[in-house]
Amino acid sequence: MELALPQLNFMTIMPEIVLSVVAMALLLVNVLVKSEEKAYLGYLSLAGLVGALFTVPWGEKISGFGEMVIQDNFSSFFTVIFILCAVMTILISDGYFKKEGCNHGELYPLILFATVGMMFMAKATDLMTVFLGLEVLSVALYVLAGFNRDNIKSNEAGLKYFLLGCFSTGFLLYGMALIYGATGTTKIVRIAAMASGNGAVANNMMFLVGMLLMATGFSFKIAAAPFHMWTPDVYEGAPTPITAFMSAGPKAAGFAAFLRVFIIALPTLTVQWSDLLWILAVLTMTTGNIIALSQDNIKRMLAYSSIAHAGYALVGFTAHNASGVSGILFYLLSYTFMNIGAFAIIVIIGKKGEANNNVQDYAGLGVKRPVLALCLSIFLFSLAGIPPTAGFIGKFYLFAGAVQEGYIWLAIIGVLNSAASVYYYLRVMVFMYMKNPEEDFSWVKLTPAVMLCILIAVAGVLIPGIIPNSVLNLAAISLPLP
Amino acid sequence: MDYILSLITFIPLAGVLLLLVMPRNNAMLRGVALGVSLVTFIVSIGLICEFKTIADYQFVENIPWIKAGSFQMNYHVGIDGISLWLVILTTFIMPIAILSTWTAVEEKVKEYMICLLLLQVGMLGAFISLDLFLFYIFWELMLIPMYFIIGIWGGKNRVYAAVKFFIYTMVGSLLMLVAIMYVYFKAGAGDFDITRFYSIGLDPATQTWLFLAFALAFAIKVPMFPLHTWLPDAHTEAPTAGSVILAAVLLKMGTYGFVRFAIPLFPDATARFTPLIATLSVIGIVYASLVAMMQEDVKKLVAYSSVAHLGFVMIGVFALNQQGIAGGMLQMINHGISTGALFLIVGFIYERRHTRLITDFGGLSKQMPIFATIFMIVTFSSIGLPGTNGFVGEFLVLLGGFESKLRVWTIIASSGVILSAVYMLWMFQRVMFGELSNPKNQLLKDLNVREIVIMVPLIVMIFVMGIYPKPFIDRMIPSIDKLIIQAKKTQVAQLVVPASVIDNAAAVVASPSAEHAVPAAGTASPDMPDGHSILPAGHPAGESK
Repeated sequence: MELALPQLNFMTIMPEIVLSVVAMALLLVNVLVKSEEKAYLGYLSLAGLVGALFTVPWGEKISGFGEMVIQDNFSSFFTVIFILCAVMTILISDGYFKKEGCNHGELYPLILFATVGMMFMAKATDLMTVFLGLEVLSVALYVLAGFNRDNIKSNEAGLKYFLLGCFSTGFLLYGMALIYGATGTTKIVRIAAMASGNGAVANNMMFLVGMLLMATGFSFKIAAAPFHMWTPDVYEGAPTPITAFMSAGPKAAGFAAFLRVFIIALPTLTVQWSDLLWILAVLTMTTGNIIALSQDNIKRMLAYSSIAHAGYALVGFTAHNASGVSGILFYLLSYTFMNIGAFAIIVIIGKKGEANNNVQDYAGLGVKRPVLALCLSIFLFSLAGIPPTAGFIGKFYLFAGAVQEGYIWLAIIGVLNSAASVYYYLRVMVFMYMKNPEEDFSWVKLTPAVMLCILIAVAGVLIPGIIPNSVLNLAAISLPLP
Repeated sequence: MDYILSLITFIPLAGVLLLLVMPRNNAMLRGVALGVSLVTFIVSIGLICEFKTIADYQFVENIPWIKAGSFQMNYHVGIDGISLWLVILTTFIMPIAILSTWTAVEEKVKEYMICLLLLQVGMLGAFISLDLFLFYIFWELMLIPMYFIIGIWGGKNRVYAAVKFFIYTMVGSLLMLVAIMYVYFKAGAGDFDITRFYSIGLDPATQTWLFLAFALAFAIKVPMFPLHTWLPDAHTEAPTAGSVILAAVLLKMGTYGFVRFAIPLFPDATARFTPLIATLSVIGIVYASLVAMMQEDVKKLVAYSSVAHLGFVMIGVFALNQQGIAGGMLQMINHGISTGALFLIVGFIYERRHTRLITDFGGLSKQMPIFATIFMIVTFSSIGLPGTNGFVGEFLVLLGGFESKLRVWTIIASSGVILSAVYMLWMFQRVMFGELSNPKNQLLKDLNVREIVIMVPLIVMIFVMGIYPKPFIDRMIPSIDKLIIQAKKTQVAQLVVPASVIDNAAAVVASPSAEHAVPAAGTASPDMPDGHSILPAGHPAGESK
């Protein structure tokens, strides 16, 4: 009997290794650092993240660990998104958690572990790796959501996220099991190979139901309606920097796995799943936007708007052509900038105990803090998809992808949703610029870290909004290919 | 001179950047903004000097901008006789607008001036874009500063008006965006160059939908009845400069959009929807005139008069003959000057009395003779008295409309001329004549130097364009002829309509029966008018016989 060792190729998971090592080291260092100096852990984790960023290769396509993971441009693009997301989150974390009095050092390793989990999801070429990555991510996130343990809402967020997360993981896992049952493999390339040209597999009810259950599981993760119920409560209750992180990173990770698995493993069911995604996209956009219209709490409003944004991305997924998919990549990257940028400002405007998060509390910000208000306006205009911001270019590509594939109505519903969303984004600006200030915002402290985060975000929104060539081309060569 | 258009468009942007870094010294901020807008205007005079009276686009710049995936967007700009005067109008109105709120806006002067200059960038960019994607970017870019101008420096109900303005315009333009994408994919791989899209030859059914999407965006901007409801709110609440720019330039975006995009891109749909658009325009003219008559607020009255005036522009443009379009184009400029001037006048008395209700005034002519004279001239211009610019535009529109298929509509529309005289003169009478009974009005001061300086250029233009409009019209004619060919071309090829509908004024007047031959496709008209010769050789019209 011959025992074949699989080709490992550690190079394929270099960024993950770097981050894992840094995270574990930080856990040890944490013991030695005094509680008021936890910011150093943040700097170390930033160093780790930047280091990991340099190990991200481009233009290569290497499979590793017996086809469990793959290093290609698609995974590199997402890895960059995740690292940026983690960097920006860490930049706004220290001030916030100090203010809330819970600056425990475990925060940073947890964020890093979550990032590693996301990276694995983007790299996975095996359903098992998808699941493992998802679990690494989710477990870290459950803790992070409930990190502010003296705050009852944060507790609620952690518990709710945990319960519903487990529930949705069940769906996902069940779907994977059924797919395995139908095809006898969990490797996504082989699933496709088994299904194509084999009517017994392709028409097997188990295969179809497996697809549906996996779609359900992924929809939970990307918070697509009608599987979005957990989002507002979790986003509102979780500490604001963590909300920023969750709304950008894990959502992108969910899309990464969703895209790769469905486009590569299930091409035989394209007709079925694109119909399904059409419905999901419409429901998600509409639900998110309509409920966001009536929100007063700005975190909750952004939570619903993030549901709507998942819907826009699903429009590109429904089309799943070059414009649509590269549109998703571009959009998720831009969304990271604009959403975390907006949250960064919410973090510093907020008072202790998650107070001051209502839109009315922003009255007169434009007078008292014109630069902050200008930055928030840029992020909100980008979220609303108004040129010249990255949000517009991203939406253009998503909807153009849909039009190209003949999904005219989907594009029309999409743009009408966009128009509706303008109202609630503008509402924040109405308060910032058109109402008289009631407070002087003297508690707002703009630390260098937060300033850097906002600066990165503004650059990330405006530069690709005006000269999007390089990012768009990068997205165009990063499509998921078998 | 190769980059003159970019220069004109981006001088205000440079001004914005300059203002951003300047200290909050209000006098200095105002001075710089005014200086920037004056420089822009002076540079734009170069356009008139260098402009050649031909149909082609001039001062063209075409630089690749975005190239990714299957898309190619270019920074492609250029002007022809149609956009030339709108560009000039924009640069001409801007210093006046900045001067108009010189003293009225005391708060956040820096932000205000930045918004005004940014607005100018958007407006100029939209007028010079020859790339649909670029046009869309500038078109949307205009929204943001205007939203803030109304919402921050506006009147009591400003937030409502600003949000309404934004959402209305946004809905229309987003549907246009989908249509732009569709046209692009129909045209096949390439760029968003509109001249490329002119010649793709879409089938009539597709054109119908695309035309509707474009027309909705433009009709909201014009605004056409029944999509006009944002306008009275926006106009009334906006500060004077906002109202002036809104009336003078932003509304022209809608009519310009029809002329530049909707009509030449979708000629079949244009023919199909001409009756509908004409009907809505006529309703707009009569309805808005009647509503204007009953307004108690002078500014609202002027706002409704805008709806009526723009109705005339639409009739002229959709007459699709030389006189009609020339009249429509001229009326666009005229409206910019005379309605802009009216809003300035309303601003003058509002700054003095902080009321705009007609009943609060009366007998002002005794107290403010200079003001009364200027107001009188502008009123005459607005109602189209011969000798003023308004007469030339309205006359050409009615002439063109009468000679086209829209004869019946034109007859009804001409009642708007009378109605406009009724509401304007009645308002003028109640404000300026009669007893100076209100004691507060007895202390009113006449116009100061700044205000006279603002009004003089407008008054001069009213007379210049009214007495000698030839230089204006001459430069438009080749582009208008080209537009008429574009608008008729596909129609002739696909519906097999006799070439006699290619409007040549003389021919059409000579044979009115040819007008009614349009629905009878395939029946060749015996009289081939001279206008046929303007078709290029080998044109499909020849095959259709």
